[in-house]
Amino acid sequence: MKFKHACFIVCLAAALALPVAAGAQDPIKVGILHSLSGSMAISETTLKDTILMMIDEQNKKGGLLGRQLEAVVVDPASDWPLFAEMARSLLESEQVDVVFGCWTSVSRKSVLPVFEELNGLLFYPVQYEGEESSKNVIYTGAAPNQQAIPAIDYLMEEVGIERWVLEGTDYVYPRTTNRILEAYLKQKGVEEEDISINYTPFGHSDWQTRVSTIRRFGSAGKATAVVSTINGDANVPFYLELANQEVSAEDIPVVAFSVGEEELSGLDTTPLVGHLAAWNYFQSISSPINSEFISTWKTFVNNTDRTTNDPMEAHYIGFNLWAQAVEKAGTTDVDAVLDALPGTETPNLTGGTARVLANHHITKPVYIGEVQANGQFDVVWQTDGTVEGDAWSDHLPVSEDTIGDWVVRKCGNYNRVTDVCSGTAYQ
Amino acid sequence: MCVRELLTNKGSDFRRVLSVREVRYGEWRPLWLLLAVCFVGLQVSAHAQTDDDGFRAVVSEFGDANFREKEAIAERLLDTGHASARAVLTALLEGRFFVRDQDQQPFIVESTDEDLSAFALVDVVSLESAGSAEPDQLSRVITNNRLRRFLRITIARFALSSPEVDVRVDAVKQMLRSLDEASIELLRERAAEETESSVLYEIDTALALADLDEDEAGARLAAVNTLSDRLSPDVYNRLSALLERDEDGNFVEADEDVRLAATEGVRRIDSARDFYSVIETIFFGLSLGSVLALVAIGLTITFGVMGVINLAHGELLMLGAYTTYVVQLAMPEYIDLSILVAIPVAFVVTGLVGVLIERTIIRFLYGRPLETLLATFGVSLVLQQFVRTVFTANNRPVVTPTWMSGTLQFNEAFSLTYNRLYTILFTLIVFAILLTVLKRTRIGLEMRAVSQNRLMARAMGVRSEWVDAMTFGLGAGIAGMAGVALTQLTNVGPNLGQSYIVDSFMVVVFGGVGNIWGTLIGGMSLGIVNKVLEPFAGAVLGKIFVLVAVILFIQRFPRGLFPQTGRAAEDS
Repeated sequence: MKFKHACFIVCLAAALALPVAAGAQDPIKVGILHSLSGSMAISETTLKDTILMMIDEQNKKGGLLGRQLEAVVVDPASDWPLFAEMARSLLESEQVDVVFGCWTSVSRKSVLPVFEELNGLLFYPVQYEGEESSKNVIYTGAAPNQQAIPAIDYLMEEVGIERWVLEGTDYVYPRTTNRILEAYLKQKGVEEEDISINYTPFGHSDWQTRVSTIRRFGSAGKATAVVSTINGDANVPFYLELANQEVSAEDIPVVAFSVGEEELSGLDTTPLVGHLAAWNYFQSISSPINSEFISTWKTFVNNTDRTTNDPMEAHYIGFNLWAQAVEKAGTTDVDAVLDALPGTETPNLTGGTARVLANHHITKPVYIGEVQANGQFDVVWQTDGTVEGDAWSDHLPVSEDTIGDWVVRKCGNYNRVTDVCSGTAYQ
Repeated sequence: MCVRELLTNKGSDFRRVLSVREVRYGEWRPLWLLLAVCFVGLQVSAHAQTDDDGFRAVVSEFGDANFREKEAIAERLLDTGHASARAVLTALLEGRFFVRDQDQQPFIVESTDEDLSAFALVDVVSLESAGSAEPDQLSRVITNNRLRRFLRITIARFALSSPEVDVRVDAVKQMLRSLDEASIELLRERAAEETESSVLYEIDTALALADLDEDEAGARLAAVNTLSDRLSPDVYNRLSALLERDEDGNFVEADEDVRLAATEGVRRIDSARDFYSVIETIFFGLSLGSVLALVAIGLTITFGVMGVINLAHGELLMLGAYTTYVVQLAMPEYIDLSILVAIPVAFVVTGLVGVLIERTIIRFLYGRPLETLLATFGVSLVLQQFVRTVFTANNRPVVTPTWMSGTLQFNEAFSLTYNRLYTILFTLIVFAILLTVLKRTRIGLEMRAVSQNRLMARAMGVRSEWVDAMTFGLGAGIAGMAGVALTQLTNVGPNLGQSYIVDSFMVVVFGGVGNIWGTLIGGMSLGIVNKVLEPFAGAVLGKIFVLVAVILFIQRFPRGLFPQTGRAAEDS
């Protein structure tokens, strides 16, 4: 109620200021599908605020196509089936023009059939395991070749790592990522005996045995690193145990794909200093556009201690790409916008350019950062320019011939060798 | 720069530099010193001048080098033999080496404390103060793990002549990580004058490892024999490398005696490792078990003695953990003590919350287990939301005190972590205190009386309502103390309690309801079984096996390990 009221005043002001503005037109509805309660609320609430901020900024610039933007916020409460229900209500009852949302892969998998059935448009902002390309989803987070693979390259070439521990939480993202990484390592000539893969349950808190095993594995005279896809709360006890058993980042560095600035702000960073994270954005990267984004964000949430992180940048890019595509298409109609999106470019926050590819992924730079005592990252390595997101991994036998192409082939899983599109069955 | 100027300087850093200079001139570059003595006045300073300029030129290269280049630059810095090399490399290692943006001049910064508005600059050559600059005007020269490892090993060479034994031992251990001709040469020189046996022991290891490359078989055999009582992975790897065959099928080590000695060495380390890994597994099991027992002891009292199924038990653990966080916030100057202060504070805070819960909710529900279950579940949600509202949903950082981090090293193959040792100790202390309270105090006697026969106890003049409140408060308070211990092991967040509630009930039911000895033994045995299974079955399967085993056990012995006997048991 309050929101509509505020919107009304804003619209009125805009109408007064610009007599030509189409004040009578309905606002463009932007759906936000992020958990605001439950276990994922910690991460996802920030993303909801990011989109609210982007809408706010866009409205200050006069909206889109002369219409104001209006946010429709729902709370799927970290409950995967509820994600699908909420997505359906956003698309059917609220008739939103676009949705920004989801964090976990399971929530994305749960809304996917809904978006394809009702022909919606979803921007998904989080790094994920790949092996997917949907007509109705734009993946603004990293595919494995934009995060995990470059991290391996860095460790192998710059740090000289020869022995690998792939440590993950037991669910779909770590298992798929580790399958790709194992195949990649073997292609690079790493012996079977130099790779150790292990999974632990969600929220695993007693890491004594694992860390002791890793320490022994790492004392065989070859430089060893841990590639961690450990999820959420299990990370802190893991790093604590590493520190307690005196395994330093100089002896066995740990590179993580899900530890960012937001996660670090909730813990004592001393045991993590020197360990690595691979992302496409770090708050510490200095560029004029990033400083502006950070200060806008801190003003918007009215808290100078808040950090920015990689999925926030993904939403920033996603929103700008969508806005541009809408301008280009001259309408918010999903099919027209989806036609306009491939090839659309927008600056990312680190001084490069993000471009939408035919497979609905985007181009991203990859950075490797070392954790500092203040909870920020020092970039120690980065790719030359940007990397194109690869929907179907080239390192897995099942998907090496598959590509996603929504421009020419109009197919998310086109097999280049057999010349067959397997249709909407995306898995 | 002359020595007198240095001496007048108060900074301890500079005094350390002085000792380096002595090392440099006295031991490393005797020729240089002789040469310098031969020349007089002007010539010496002219020589020093070019030396300084060269040094500064090399140091300046750090600014825009990549990590590999930085490593090479650090090596060249060492080769200059300049007295300031150690200070520059130490600063680089500690993140105190900066380049000024406006003129690309390198500087050492005394401290990079975040509260400083301006950094005090130190000149890289003279090591004298060179003014100050705001943090924005400087760019830190960053290092990565590989470079820091290299620097640490390099700087260790300077510490070989430190007056402190520990520093020397550490220095040799660092150098052991990567031996080259220069470091071996240094160690040989040091061995000649070293008197401390612990340092000599490490140096012997290093020299023996180096001697394994000698051409003469006798020297190699002697080296293998020296290494015969070492357990370190380096030794193991080198000895087993001797036994490998090259591509043509010939042994890497040609001499058979040496091979025999090496085989014996490898076998000995293998058996020592097996032995210690068994002890380690038992220790891991005990420490996991002590955590399980600790979180369950509070529940033994509320569930076991009072018969209240308290689903808010996990949240009481959480409150204890948050109390630790608040105590740390309140005494930032004394982080090391804060944990000890937090223990009684957490006991009182959660104890009072427990009494409050008992007085306002539970006392109306005695004898109605289903209602109690629902009500306490509600309480747990309220407490979680309370914490979310006050502290936000994000995890809170609790700092580990220095005396709790690190390991107790027995030998190269066996060490125990302090925080786990303290956890075991803490559990035993809490257990002993609780046992004393129950067996030796009046309130304990009353508690036992009420739990065994409420009516009879009341007839004897025991105020049963008051005893109920105290008992629940005691159970809650102990949960709070367990929460303090958990801050050192896991996240402090609103969900902390949920991850332990199931384990707590499992331990209590397995150990035997109402028996605190059962809780201790039950917790320890579950911990050990878990840890013995984990290496074979993996953490996921291991956990499932334990759960299934407990269920089967409860089927066979419904009253747990130590069933209550007597009339109290028959009543329930």
